[in-house]
Amino acid sequence: MFDYETLRVIWWLFMGVLISGFILSSGFDLGVGILLPFFGRDDMQRRVLLNSIGPTWEGNQVWLVTLGGAMFAVWPLVYATLFSGLYLAMILVLFTLFLRPPAFDYRGKLESPKWRSTWDWVLFTGSAVPTLLLGVLVGNLIRGVPFHLNHELRSFYDGSFFDLLNPFSLLCGVMAVLLLMLHGAIYLQWRTEGELYFRARAFVSRFGLIILGLLTLLAVWVLLSMDVYRLPDDALFNAASNPLAKTVEKQSGGWLAHFFLHPWMLFAPITAYAGLWAAYLLAREHTCKAAFIASCFGLLGVLFTVGFGLFPFLLISSTDPGSSLTIWDGSASHLTLSITFWITVVFLPIVLMYTRWAYKVMWGPVTEKMISEDKHGWY
Amino acid sequence: MFTGEEVVNLSRLQFGLTAMYHFLFVPLTLGLSFIIAIMESVYVMTHKEVYKDMAKFWGKLFGINFAMGVTTGLTLEFQFGTNWAYYSHYVGDIFGAILASEGLMAFFLESTLVGLFFFGWNRLTKVQHLTVTWLMAFGTNLSALWILIANGWMQYPVGAEFNYETLRMELTSFADVFFNPVAQVKFVHTVAAGYVTGSMFVLGISAWYMRKRQDLGFARRSFAVATSFGLASILSVIVLGDESGYSAGETQKVKLAAIESEWETHEAPAGFTVIGFPDQEAETTHFAVKIPYVLGLIATRSVDEEVKGLTELRTENIDKIRNGMIAYRELEKMRGGDQRPETRALFEEHKNNLGHALLLKRYIDDVSQADEAMIQQASKDSLPRVAPLFWAFRVMVASGFLMLFIFAASFYYCATRRAGQQQWLMRLATWSIPLPWIASEMGWFVAENGRQPWTISGVLPTFLSVSEISPSDVYLSLIGFAVFYTALLVVELFLMFKFIRLGPSSLHTGKYHFETAETPAIAH
Repeated sequence: MFDYETLRVIWWLFMGVLISGFILSSGFDLGVGILLPFFGRDDMQRRVLLNSIGPTWEGNQVWLVTLGGAMFAVWPLVYATLFSGLYLAMILVLFTLFLRPPAFDYRGKLESPKWRSTWDWVLFTGSAVPTLLLGVLVGNLIRGVPFHLNHELRSFYDGSFFDLLNPFSLLCGVMAVLLLMLHGAIYLQWRTEGELYFRARAFVSRFGLIILGLLTLLAVWVLLSMDVYRLPDDALFNAASNPLAKTVEKQSGGWLAHFFLHPWMLFAPITAYAGLWAAYLLAREHTCKAAFIASCFGLLGVLFTVGFGLFPFLLISSTDPGSSLTIWDGSASHLTLSITFWITVVFLPIVLMYTRWAYKVMWGPVTEKMISEDKHGWY
Repeated sequence: MFTGEEVVNLSRLQFGLTAMYHFLFVPLTLGLSFIIAIMESVYVMTHKEVYKDMAKFWGKLFGINFAMGVTTGLTLEFQFGTNWAYYSHYVGDIFGAILASEGLMAFFLESTLVGLFFFGWNRLTKVQHLTVTWLMAFGTNLSALWILIANGWMQYPVGAEFNYETLRMELTSFADVFFNPVAQVKFVHTVAAGYVTGSMFVLGISAWYMRKRQDLGFARRSFAVATSFGLASILSVIVLGDESGYSAGETQKVKLAAIESEWETHEAPAGFTVIGFPDQEAETTHFAVKIPYVLGLIATRSVDEEVKGLTELRTENIDKIRNGMIAYRELEKMRGGDQRPETRALFEEHKNNLGHALLLKRYIDDVSQADEAMIQQASKDSLPRVAPLFWAFRVMVASGFLMLFIFAASFYYCATRRAGQQQWLMRLATWSIPLPWIASEMGWFVAENGRQPWTISGVLPTFLSVSEISPSDVYLSLIGFAVFYTALLVVELFLMFKFIRLGPSSLHTGKYHFETAETPAIAH
């Protein structure tokens, strides 16, 4: 139905959709998890915070799982190179992520305050560390990762674990944590009342501008000093996926030029700024739903700015640019792209439908009264 | 020459460990979800509150277990990338597509609905909640279907073909992958084993309540549901088995011969070796006790087809290795720029055996130059270690039959309305709770270790599938997994025992043992 080249672009967009799903939904779960020990001053408050995401966090996390599966299917070499190259970082993400399900489920099973506060910190770790590391990962995607492929397409990582923790990427990590805390706080403003509501609002007013300032700093850093990699003009878009058959040219500090070459791409950074700015203002004005939607747009803007900036690259090699993976040579076969395309077109809307329904059923302000009425039913 | 043996062994150990841990939780999820759905259905039909309490109480235990299932499952999905990078590149086109389908079609469904199952009792109508429960159970099973299609493809890789331009396997028919006979049979066998696990769990715990005369009405009803569901399930596990899958695919034949420890090909129908001591080096089985003609009850394969012996299968592999060497030679030529049609034709003719030539990579980098000794050694490598498979299979089968007996006896006493009066049976049921887990773990061991030396049967050897990572990294992650998982398992078991002891009183309805004044009088 679609030719290979078109499908490769469509799947680039679909992966963007899956990442968006993860950032927007798991994003506030992670944010709430990070804020939990600070916002919740006693057990009841913490239960309110937990139950604001309790019935839906599990479904939200599937965005990440599906994203992993889709990357495996659609860009197998990217999946292979990224996960093995960044081995210890990825393992650390897993170790902290897999603490989340028991933290949610086991916390309320015993009355002991010590037990509960331990799980609260476990949940904090399981939220803060993966967010930080995924942010660091984005930073490294922008900078390029030191790896090369040999003639059998086996990938070798040429750096060390600590190479990943360079100042720029660490700042990206901190940015990710702050952005999701903001997103989480805005979500909490929408779902809670009273003391917690005001605490969330105070967080937004206090940190909103700092976050925007830091984002500006990062943007300037990227635009002025990050290299851009370019494919030659005669690159093949329809050829079989083999990344070794190309040359790549490096252009110093080319991000600004990249965006001015395709001015329509500028809508992404503009959305990021406008969205986050609006979220900040609206949250202060107590218009919670609008603030949340604005925050979603802000996060999407950030995501697409990075995506557009890298396009058509998926994984840049800083040590051997020729090994870099692009959507034209790192993708699955035509048939696999096409079948997974149809599966996604059919099933993603169904997923969105029942997810929406689940939210609708569980919607409404989460209050202390609600929890004390069914003490043993809620988390 | 291949030098990364240590990383291979460590990665295998890690994958084995994490997969085995994962499968401590999965079968219970598969089985309990349906048992809970059945209980809730009875509640919706009869309006008897006790059935709602049953669904909620077993649901609580389900939740404790489910959290660990998700926790351990997350690791498996990403471990292909971290530890098996070359595998991911080589077969991602097929294997990844199956995992992606699982996420979109099944895992989303079960995970979204599990929240509604726990927290939606007061917000949904009875019928709505029941629908949620059934869909959740359906989702978990659908998830299992996709995972077993993925695993079935590793055992019997159909619907895919090697592409010399991209140096990997690529999909040729999604339908072939989906309807892979090995996968379908495996699915039935595995989910039925899950139902048995759920049933044994409910049966054993209910029997314990009955023996302690705690919440009898609740326990008897749970016992009855578990008995009927369990009997049906254990029968399908045994009768359907995953036996018929063994006729397909080369590795499956090797596996069959290995679990029977049959070295020489015998005339059909072959005898079944009940017990013996397999000797890999001498290619024989010492002290074999054989029952003639019994491919029988457990091995319901055909009686007129011979079961090929391991020695013969190994000899066949020598031919495949030689063919594969030709394919490899021509492949290298093509990659060097040779575009002659005869090169291509020769490659196409032999490419199905390319995987066998890759077994030689352990001894020589350019496998087309391998000498006779290397070929002989590679053919020996092409068989799995027989003894562990032989024993694991027998432990699995023995556990299965013991459970059949327990379910049959329980069913008989339930049908004759005497359930709970037989102290021996109640005791046996409780002590047998670990059996389905033992059987499942052994079953997976046979399936996966029996596939060695391949990750993808006949296509990609295990030792080539790993990532280029350092042994110290894998040591670190392996120790981490062992420590974290064991700690979490201890917590999980602690909570399980605590809530099992509390029984339905943990629901705080005020109706059950430990909550009411009159019940303790019956207890001794």
